[in-house]
Amino acid sequence: MIEIKNLTKSFGKNLVWKDVSIDIHPGETLAIIGKSGSGKSVLMKHLNVLLYPDEGEVLIDGENVFEMRYARLRKLRQRFGVLFQGAALFDSITAFENVSFPLRYFSDFTEQEIRNRVLESLDLVNLSDIGNKSPAELSGGMRKRVGLARAIVLKPDYLLYDEPTSGLDPQTSNEINDLIINMAETLDITSVVITHDMHSVLRVADKVAFLDEQKLSWYGTIDEMKTSDHKALKAFVKASEYTI
Amino acid sequence: MRLFIDVGRYCRLIYEAIRSSTEFSMYWKNLINEMVKTGYDSLPIIMLAGFFTGAVMTIQTSYQLVAGFIPATTIGSIVSQSLLIELAAVISGLVLAGRVGARIATELGTMSVSEQIDALESMGFNSVTFLVMPRVLAGVFMFPIIYVTAVVAGLLGGIASALMTGALPVSDFMLGARQVFTPADVSFGIIKSFVFGFIITSISCFKGYFATGGAEGVGKATTQAAVLSCIYILLADFVLAFVLL
Repeated sequence: MIEIKNLTKSFGKNLVWKDVSIDIHPGETLAIIGKSGSGKSVLMKHLNVLLYPDEGEVLIDGENVFEMRYARLRKLRQRFGVLFQGAALFDSITAFENVSFPLRYFSDFTEQEIRNRVLESLDLVNLSDIGNKSPAELSGGMRKRVGLARAIVLKPDYLLYDEPTSGLDPQTSNEINDLIINMAETLDITSVVITHDMHSVLRVADKVAFLDEQKLSWYGTIDEMKTSDHKALKAFVKASEYTI
Repeated sequence: MRLFIDVGRYCRLIYEAIRSSTEFSMYWKNLINEMVKTGYDSLPIIMLAGFFTGAVMTIQTSYQLVAGFIPATTIGSIVSQSLLIELAAVISGLVLAGRVGARIATELGTMSVSEQIDALESMGFNSVTFLVMPRVLAGVFMFPIIYVTAVVAGLLGGIASALMTGALPVSDFMLGARQVFTPADVSFGIIKSFVFGFIITSISCFKGYFATGGAEGVGKATTQAAVLSCIYILLADFVLAFVLL
């Protein structure tokens, strides 16, 4: 379980958000929504300690991640898979090598076992034939899939998606949404999805956290969101041209 | 204020690289790769720069020493000693500040702005161990080899120049070079090349690692890496000459 408690973050004099508290239960998919610049990605980067807060704590299974020593933190990070906005594939190696990359350093697998695990991960994201293509040869959707395959190859407990559907056409976005649902169901993974794509939120999320005006402005289930009178949330949803 | 912040971040990056240097299993493959890119791949340009430096210096020295009572061997002495204690190291450093420094800053800068460094960290890698340490070590290990190559190329350039222009017999050039040779000059040049290797690679890693702002940010980091490397090479050259000679 992930417990975010009274988290406050600023960059210099610019406050990003203050006093954010959210609980993310095992197996749950939480969507963090908000305008561009509201600090959604910043919040996500606190979960696997890519950033440190000014105040507050994040507890993973009861342990404060910001107090961990580096060796422990490294182990914790391996429990997270992250799909970055641009997939963040290493462009000097092939797509296959990208997926096998963490296994080569953090597992005792033989070459055959690595190959099998990579193919299994690629199969889960419906990419069985990428051969020796470099990331530059892949389409945006395929890059995201390879990024997702790399994120799940170590079989993480938590998956973090940063704008998984941004820059993709509606059909490919739907395919990525299906993958997010599929990952949560088949791998029993706890997921956090950073997005401002309401279509994606309605399809994949169990709960929604809305960041606005430098705070957690609203937090609840999808059903509660549909009936909420929260002005800013309604305006945000309406701006996405969705009636719920 | 910005300068103090940058110095602090640079020192922290280098401290982190040194602290994590024991994790050899994480970066030895990268180290070999970087040694090839920094050292082996730089040899052609270094041989070219060294050869022409030696050739031009021989012509210019013979042009300046026109008095008949100065023996021709003096030209060989001046050219060889200048190459050993100054030119081979500094010319190599300045050439490689552009070639190696710009490459490192561009590579790490692109990785930084495209979140590849974040991706490494999020997988559990120490990105400094993985990216910075092998590049700095490769610079420190390979620059002395580059320096020796530049000296040899420079001497060959001097000999070729003496032969082609008839400025002095090759035997006089070699005799002059041998007369003034001391191992201390080579040690001085090697110490310089260690320092220059560290300066170029560490500054370029620093600029690339902390690059922000997309393609423009990477371009800015690359330019700054090359310019700062050149400035600090010249400063270090002065300090080392002052302290060691």
